[in-house]
Amino acid sequence: MSTAHAEHEHHGAPSGLLRWVFTTNHKDIGTLYLWFAFAMLLVGGSFAMVIRLELLQPGMQWVDPNFFNSMTTMHGLIMVFGAIMPAFVGLANWLVPMMIGAPDMALPRMNNWSFWILPFAGTMLLSTMFMEGGGPNFGWTFYAPLSTTYAPASTDFFIFAVHMLGFSSIMGSINIIATIMNMRAPGMTLMKMPLFVWTWLITAFLLIAVMPVLAGAVTMMLTDRNFGTSFFDAAGGGDPVLFQHVFWFFGHPEVYIMILPAFGIVSQIIPTFARKRLFGYSSMVYATASIAFLSFIVWAHHMFTVGMPVAGELFFLYATVLIAVPTGVKVFNWVATMWQGSMTFELPMKWALAFVILFTIGGFSGLMLGIAPVDFQYHDTYFVVAHFHYVLVTGALFSIIAAVYYWLPKWTGHMYSESLGNWHFWTSIVFVNITFFPQHFLGLAGMPRRIPDYNAAFADFNFMSSIGAFGFGLAQLLFLALVIKCIKGGEKATDQVWEGAEGLEWEIPSPAPYHTFAEAPEVK
Amino acid sequence: MNEDQQQKNKRLAGKLSLSAVAMVVFAIVALPALYNLICNITGLDGRTGRIEKEQALATRPDKTRVIKIEFDANVNGDLPWEFKALTRRIEVHPGEVATVSYYAKNLSNRTIVGQAVPYVTPIKVAKYFNKTECFCFSQQKFGPGEDKEMPLRFIVDPDLPKDVNTITLSYTFFDTKQSGVEEDSAKAENATPQ
Ligand code: HEM
Ligand SMILES: [Cu+2]
Repeated sequence: MSTAHAEHEHHGAPSGLLRWVFTTNHKDIGTLYLWFAFAMLLVGGSFAMVIRLELLQPGMQWVDPNFFNSMTTMHGLIMVFGAIMPAFVGLANWLVPMMIGAPDMALPRMNNWSFWILPFAGTMLLSTMFMEGGGPNFGWTFYAPLSTTYAPASTDFFIFAVHMLGFSSIMGSINIIATIMNMRAPGMTLMKMPLFVWTWLITAFLLIAVMPVLAGAVTMMLTDRNFGTSFFDAAGGGDPVLFQHVFWFFGHPEVYIMILPAFGIVSQIIPTFARKRLFGYSSMVYATASIAFLSFIVWAHHMFTVGMPVAGELFFLYATVLIAVPTGVKVFNWVATMWQGSMTFELPMKWALAFVILFTIGGFSGLMLGIAPVDFQYHDTYFVVAHFHYVLVTGALFSIIAAVYYWLPKWTGHMYSESLGNWHFWTSIVFVNITFFPQHFLGLAGMPRRIPDYNAAFADFNFMSSIGAFGFGLAQLLFLALVIKCIKGGEKATDQVWEGAEGLEWEIPSPAPYHTFAEAPEVK
Repeated sequence: MNEDQQQKNKRLAGKLSLSAVAMVVFAIVALPALYNLICNITGLDGRTGRIEKEQALATRPDKTRVIKIEFDANVNGDLPWEFKALTRRIEVHPGEVATVSYYAKNLSNRTIVGQAVPYVTPIKVAKYFNKTECFCFSQQKFGPGEDKEMPLRFIVDPDLPKDVNTITLSYTFFDTKQSGVEEDSAKAENATPQ
């Protein structure tokens, strides 16, 4: 704390820049995470623009192939570890204590650390692009031996950055679990917790289970590169396929880490604007838990083509397709919540509905990919790119945007500009589909992913996709403008903000005071 | 937050950190070991087996079956070696010890230590394909321009599944990026795939 009086009394926030450096307040830290994530979204987004610019037309136009490869690599890494994950952690920081009636996170000092590691890790990761030999160019999945024997020198810095990111996530998760397990207000039993809290609890356990595996994978890479081990080197008795197993043992749970909190957000928003209770609350909790469990036994669906015995292909095929069951339960519950509700379509609801529809499209293409024999055709094509952008952009990212629209009035005390918001929504919806829908067709026709040039036969769909990408990228600047405008002023928000909103965070004033629930509320 | 609460939070955080550390150990120690174990038991990565000469000679050939064995040779990356199977294809009875040769030549003017890694298909054959002598058992050191014929002695287990009539054995030579082989040949004996 920079000022003396803040230590004693529960007044407003201390002022000055150092406030942000030393803060242990969950709202401040949530804000830091969210701004960091937004900055990374713009950085990662600009890399995507480079990729789509090169792919606008067939032939090599703008960048050399190695730089193109480091663009796809960096885009993936920054979006996953810099944008989506920190944004969810930021939302957890802001919302979890307010939703369970806690005064702050369980371990406020550690909270400060877990945030402030991030900018250093991010800077180190980005700095690799200015090093001799260029930045990492082996894809966000960094398969050995591309990332060991054939990688640029900067890879060691990439490894260190991943270690730091892992540290940050693990500390953040420990904090979230401790907060949820120990700090709930009296009467807030586990089965009364809002779904956002539930999904984050499960996500945090997933993170603690698999971020260390990622750390292990990069550590083995590091020793293979520098200390003569051969975990992944066939010449020394290792096996590159082992890398893929270790990576995806982390990687598949990781994709659920990026979607479970999204499920939570949407489960908060839809009941509010349908003015009905969430349909099937407990089935939502169980569905989330079973998705988390199943996510540990499906990893090899990313590796159907490495040469597995038929029994292996079948096991991973069935396990993968099984995930569609709890996922289907969720979609069913959202739809059932809206059924015969008195729905209104404020912007958070618009984004949440877009999520439900478009995420489901991504789920369907996932099912197609999960069928091992057809994955032999689709693997490493643009079909996979289309799949994971539907689940991650129109899934994870859309849910984050929906969350910002939903809770922004609570955070700032002002309503956002409806017209700006409508522009943002409609341009995003149109352009995101122009960007990613044609990629399904490109993939089915056989266009490989991560290639800077392509057969002229693919030109039209690529042109569409690039135009869509430029539009979608620009549309996000509207979002930036809207958020800044809303922080500066606007119509005063009421405490409840939304007519149908229920939960502890809507019972405190808007904007949320710097300290809330110093006295635990009574939950009936 | 009161003292009690803080203690509780710290204790839980401690437990969770321990599980994170345990997962790192699991990833680095247990996962590779488990992978090797599973591969050795099932032959999933196409690795072949190794048995003693005496054991091989004691096996009774099954004269009623004939298995076609094909031999393939590759070099990895830009290893400047010529490497080929001198016998492209032979027919053997299961349980019969057979010998074929491979040929390798170092085309460069420096000493290179290579390691050959086998792969057998169909994968389910791996368990039944055993070698008593192979250039892949240890690292091979080739001086500038040096060439060698290298024998491979193997035996197909008579329990080979009935539907297998053809087996393909492929070797890939990797550059070990080492200049000497003597100093750690003992270690290599254990570490190298068979
Ligand atoms: C019904 C649920 C889902 C199924 C059945 C499914 C199935 C698959 C399969 C089989 C692949 C591998 C395709 C290939 O490389 O050939 C894949 C890739 C991928 N999926 Fe999913 N998926 C599902 C949901 C999700 C969700 C919710 C996310 C994230 C939010 C996600 C993110 C990804 C990513 C990032 C990749 C590509 C990884 C890469 O190779 O770079 N998926 N999915
Ligand atoms: Cu997966």
